[in-house]
Amino acid sequence: MEEEKIEDIEIRLLLEALYRRYHYDFRNYAQASIKRRLRQARERLGLRTFSAMQDKLLHDPAAAARVLRFLTVQVSDLFRDPGYFRAMREKVVPHLRTYPSLKVWIAGCSAGEELHSFAILFREEGLEDRTLFYATDINQEALETAARGIYPLERIAAFTQNYRQAGGKASLSDYYTTGYGGAVFDKSLRERVVFSDHSLVTDAVFSEMQLISCRNVMIYFDKPLQDRAVGLFRDSLARGGFLGLGSKENLRFSAHASAFTEFVREEKIYQRGKG
Amino acid sequence: MIAAEARAVAIGASAGAIQALLQILPVLPADYPLPVLVVVHLPPGRRSELVTLFAAKCKLRVAEGEDKDPIAPGTVTFAPPDYHMLVEAGGTVSLSRDEAVFFSRPSIDVLFESAADAYGPGLVGVVLTGANEDGARGLVAVAEAGGVTIVQDPATAYARAMPEAALAKCRQAQVLSIKDIAAALLEVGQP
Repeated sequence: MEEEKIEDIEIRLLLEALYRRYHYDFRNYAQASIKRRLRQARERLGLRTFSAMQDKLLHDPAAAARVLRFLTVQVSDLFRDPGYFRAMREKVVPHLRTYPSLKVWIAGCSAGEELHSFAILFREEGLEDRTLFYATDINQEALETAARGIYPLERIAAFTQNYRQAGGKASLSDYYTTGYGGAVFDKSLRERVVFSDHSLVTDAVFSEMQLISCRNVMIYFDKPLQDRAVGLFRDSLARGGFLGLGSKENLRFSAHASAFTEFVREEKIYQRGKG
Repeated sequence: MIAAEARAVAIGASAGAIQALLQILPVLPADYPLPVLVVVHLPPGRRSELVTLFAAKCKLRVAEGEDKDPIAPGTVTFAPPDYHMLVEAGGTVSLSRDEAVFFSRPSIDVLFESAADAYGPGLVGVVLTGANEDGARGLVAVAEAGGVTIVQDPATAYARAMPEAALAKCRQAQVLSIKDIAAALLEVGQP
């Protein structure tokens, strides 16, 4: 037991050090999952304790950069959870059609899979020309991958299956060419996208979004940080705007639950109150 | 068995899981005082039928874990497909989509290691039938935290690789038949 407590002290101090030295703030991440990633990072560094890891990361920016990338990287798929995109297409899009211009925020876009899914969906629904997408993440490398739009060919079979199940109207292969050892998604899909380094932990609101999709990002946050992020989404959404969460996330325990209504309950799509 | 200290039960199962769990979970009474957390390896991308199946057979409440759900006594919580399920020290569920462990998400190791952190000697870890090595490392974490470790007798398992791997890493674990595992869980739930 004593051993456990020492480790928890060390982790707190390590996260504090990462924040002060590199301005990455994991202090309010869900303890169990950040601890697990830190243990993996420590094993890769070949270090025995988190205190030794703190020493290493404070004095070795290159090692710290690798660890920070590891702590912030996420992997997704195109049209992951096809039911979510089907609900967007069938239930949310009819509302979005009534707006002359649209702003959509993909918060925590990682390598851009979700962004490309929405760009394709909006093109097929004829909304693309009136839409501006904001794609944000704290991992610079992931943002660069998102902006390139190249994915390994071995992932395409799963993407294609998801696309069909999500109600895709064409063939996914219409949107990419093969080259550079991967599937290169058409750059016109990213013409109306602003990529930006943005942290849900420390940064401020965007304005007047009609749709925010933030899936499986807040599962890594503790409760107070989740409240901050959901507050940010509430303030960034236009009245009547939509918020999409991951399939196992919900606003039940959120401090801001009353600002939202369930719009498509089973797909975790919420609508900001109009009042 | 250190019955007085038990605070939670964590179970991991892979190939043959449903049949094995059907001999354990329905045995537990409605007033069972411990939370029961379960990882079953499932193919990703499919909706889990586990809750429907076991809710019909169990006296306990059966649910699929959602992010930040409070972990409640007398409730069986299954890890949702395609997520790791972890336990926070405050007694809530955390989910993650970190990479698969032994090609599995959810992973038994991930649940056991976090539950061992959260419950220490109050955790009972059970590794059942399966055809891979998930759970072995996690069971070691349970033992190191002072918890109770139980492995299904490989000779009685539908697939013996997983219990064998767990025993190879965690030699002090009790080796029990399914029926005896159910009895042991009833016993740790005694006041």
